[in-house]
Amino acid sequence: MELNSRIPDGPIEKKWEKHKFDLKLVNPANKRKYKVLVVGSGLAGGAAAASLAELGYEVECFCYQDSPRRAHSIAAQGGINAAKNYQNDGDSVYRLFYDTVKGGDFRAREANVHRLAEVSNNIIDQCVGQGVPFAREYGGLLDNRSFGGAQVSRTFYARGQTGQQLLIGAYQALERQIGLGKVKMFPRHEMLELIVVDGAAKGIITRDMVTGEIKTHLADAVCLATGGYGNVFYLSTNAKGCNATAIWRAYKKGAAFANPCYTQIHPTCIPVTGDHQSKLTLMSESLRNDGRIWVPKKKEDCGKPASQIAEEDRDYYLERKYPSYGNLAPRDIASRAAKQVCDDGRGVGATRLGVYLDFSDAINRLGANKIEEKYGNLFEMYERITDENPYKTPMRIFPASHYTMGGLWVDYNLMSTIPGLFVLGEANFSDHGANRLGASALMQGLADGYFVIPYTIGGYLAGIKPGTRVKADNPAVKEAEQAVADRTEKFLSIGGKETPTHFHQRLGKVMWEFCGMARNEAGLKKALEEIPKIREEFWKNLCIPGSGDDVNQSLESAARVADFLEIGELMCLDALNRRESCGGHFREEWQTEEGEAMRDDENFCHVAAWEYKGEGQTPVRHVEALSYDNVHLATRSYK
Amino acid sequence: MTKHLNLTLHVWRQKNAKCDGKFVEYPAADISPDMSFLEMLDVVNEGLIRKGEEPITFDHDCREGICGTCSMVINGRPHGPKERTTTCQLHMRSFNDGDSITLEPWRAEAFPVIKDLMVDRGAFDRIIAVGGFISVPTGSPQDANALPIPKQNAELSMDAAACIGCGACVAACPNASAMLFLSAKVSHLGLLPQGQPERYTRVRDMVAQMDAEQFGTCTNHGECEIACPKGIKMENIARMNRDFIKASLTYRVVSGGGGAG
Repeated sequence: MELNSRIPDGPIEKKWEKHKFDLKLVNPANKRKYKVLVVGSGLAGGAAAASLAELGYEVECFCYQDSPRRAHSIAAQGGINAAKNYQNDGDSVYRLFYDTVKGGDFRAREANVHRLAEVSNNIIDQCVGQGVPFAREYGGLLDNRSFGGAQVSRTFYARGQTGQQLLIGAYQALERQIGLGKVKMFPRHEMLELIVVDGAAKGIITRDMVTGEIKTHLADAVCLATGGYGNVFYLSTNAKGCNATAIWRAYKKGAAFANPCYTQIHPTCIPVTGDHQSKLTLMSESLRNDGRIWVPKKKEDCGKPASQIAEEDRDYYLERKYPSYGNLAPRDIASRAAKQVCDDGRGVGATRLGVYLDFSDAINRLGANKIEEKYGNLFEMYERITDENPYKTPMRIFPASHYTMGGLWVDYNLMSTIPGLFVLGEANFSDHGANRLGASALMQGLADGYFVIPYTIGGYLAGIKPGTRVKADNPAVKEAEQAVADRTEKFLSIGGKETPTHFHQRLGKVMWEFCGMARNEAGLKKALEEIPKIREEFWKNLCIPGSGDDVNQSLESAARVADFLEIGELMCLDALNRRESCGGHFREEWQTEEGEAMRDDENFCHVAAWEYKGEGQTPVRHVEALSYDNVHLATRSYK
Repeated sequence: MTKHLNLTLHVWRQKNAKCDGKFVEYPAADISPDMSFLEMLDVVNEGLIRKGEEPITFDHDCREGICGTCSMVINGRPHGPKERTTTCQLHMRSFNDGDSITLEPWRAEAFPVIKDLMVDRGAFDRIIAVGGFISVPTGSPQDANALPIPKQNAELSMDAAACIGCGACVAACPNASAMLFLSAKVSHLGLLPQGQPERYTRVRDMVAQMDAEQFGTCTNHGECEIACPKGIKMENIARMNRDFIKASLTYRVVSGGGGAG
């Protein structure tokens, strides 16, 4: 397998400009002769489907939800970064690029990140044009706030619902194209297989989740924008339906999977209450702008109400350890610090797995009204879930699985190692390195969908003769159809005793314990023994009532869990092989005396991309070397 | 330790849109008050699957009150007894030990039942597709700060844009009207300067589609506003009616001019 990143030549600030010119164009009259499938309708998929249809391509878009408006991008709360420098505080495209490369702990591709920073400004223009009601100042101009890992105010936001508003913008653009007949939308359809003919992606197989019908869709190119695999942990901030099936099927058809061990554990989520817990709720990182994080200095104080712990007995550990960034330290650092104080026995709440996020200083300084204006909906949500009033008692928070930086390997054109298969947004690996900074996921999803894929896909399609689409009777198509039918039948015929959720929870516990916030060799090896056992039992003892001919949520869940049971193993394998600590990947063997992550740039300054070699075979680890010509390799310091 | 609850559920079970449905009784035993309502249903469903019975089908996804997927009528109220709360954010501490709880799908002709508590809300998407947008192709807008927008307008627009499209307003309305949903979109876009060029065609087209989808008309009951988990206000309906009347009075067929050259 060859990993050619196709990074254009020239100085970093000219690469994208030059590449756009070098890409071949598709004749406007020919565009309608090409069909593109977009799987997923979140920020990346929705934006791509709408933009490609505007250009004139024939587009089909698929989502498992009942409407494209419900994709999980909708749940992003905090904001979206852009290098507008409206606040005159020294921001620039270069600074956003620099911060993102550094924030990613020097494991992202410089050229991709620079392009992301360049188009960030176009995104804000586009969204405002669509009617996204971003927060504004009294003068009517756009407001900004700062976010974890940045010292400038470059984050645009719409209350605590930025993801929702950006998604609605993309959704409305998509619906407009659906109304014009340019996009055919398939809601409640799940992609179960990728069709590869003569080495190129030529279509997908879906299951209609209402009728159970297995359908084949053929096209000239396929875009996967299906999000991340964070639900491998069972408990995560992802929606219940978020799954890795599309990217995992593509991996098994030959797309390399890059850096699967790079997962982001978000520091500010509402703690778990019991075994019934089905998901974790994020509290936006923006809360760290005004909230102060602390735990009691003494273990014996942990059971007391927060109000009874004197100021001098509180340990504001982020402010203590990282005086220059304080409570705004990047996510990986803040999460690990929370774990450390809880491991130390100083956690709070009934389970002792929690730390305080306290707003009393900000309320005294700014007034409760101002805090309500900024975070009202988040405070309301917190109270609804925990039955505690955060205006009066500090919030309790704990880290939770949130985002996956790893994903399918893509080149500069966002094309995977399978020609014609493009991967956008969280589903690819490209821009965040080993750690994603706050407010940059929305930026990347929309960058890929609005401003990258519309150019790069043309370069690919221009090389295909119009009207040469694969026919439905092609043996590769038939084979893929049969594989899906067989697999569905297999799930239904096991006739065991346990539910898909049972196995998912067991997998999640193994992943969280051994491949979560901190990893070590012994633990990862243990996980690599445990996961195949769970998987074996899954295939023997799974119980799916009902049939495949109508809505069957257990069947849907089983198919997703089956793939998580494989992807979990690859994550552990990758984590085991990456013998360094970087960003969200913290190997206990590689840390400084102060407990900070220790990178090994000599041996691991590269992308690890895994190639599937068949059932029961160990996948092969390929390497794409990373070079840092602009942002020089340095130890991240937020002290 | 807080006391766990034992409840009796009366759940609407219906195989598909063509079959008749009926209420079936299920016990929900040993329920923690910290569970969300959907987690309580998960527990019941896990028990059903283990017995080889089909679990209760219900729509859900984000479970944090923003995707708008969950949709059930709980004891006669869409999303249950708590104000401004989606079903997924309703917690069992809102119920008492021994309670009977009745669960039904959204009931409206425009939202046909797919299975059990799951309905088809595709009509909402079709309403958006005819006009619930600003026509702004990718790459075309000017600088984001070129057009200042008074803070109050931006805030009012945001209030309306907070709609999650769940359909509780329709389920709560005796007429199964979609006016609150529609008016939220008309207000979100109509309050912004970017939304002005299409302001009147938008409202006209969306109302026509709403009628075609068999939603009822608004007779000012106000049930929608009470049921709305996001606090969308009826004043949006008033704003939309004003726009609709103006649109109806001023409508002209626009003819395209001839091309140059």
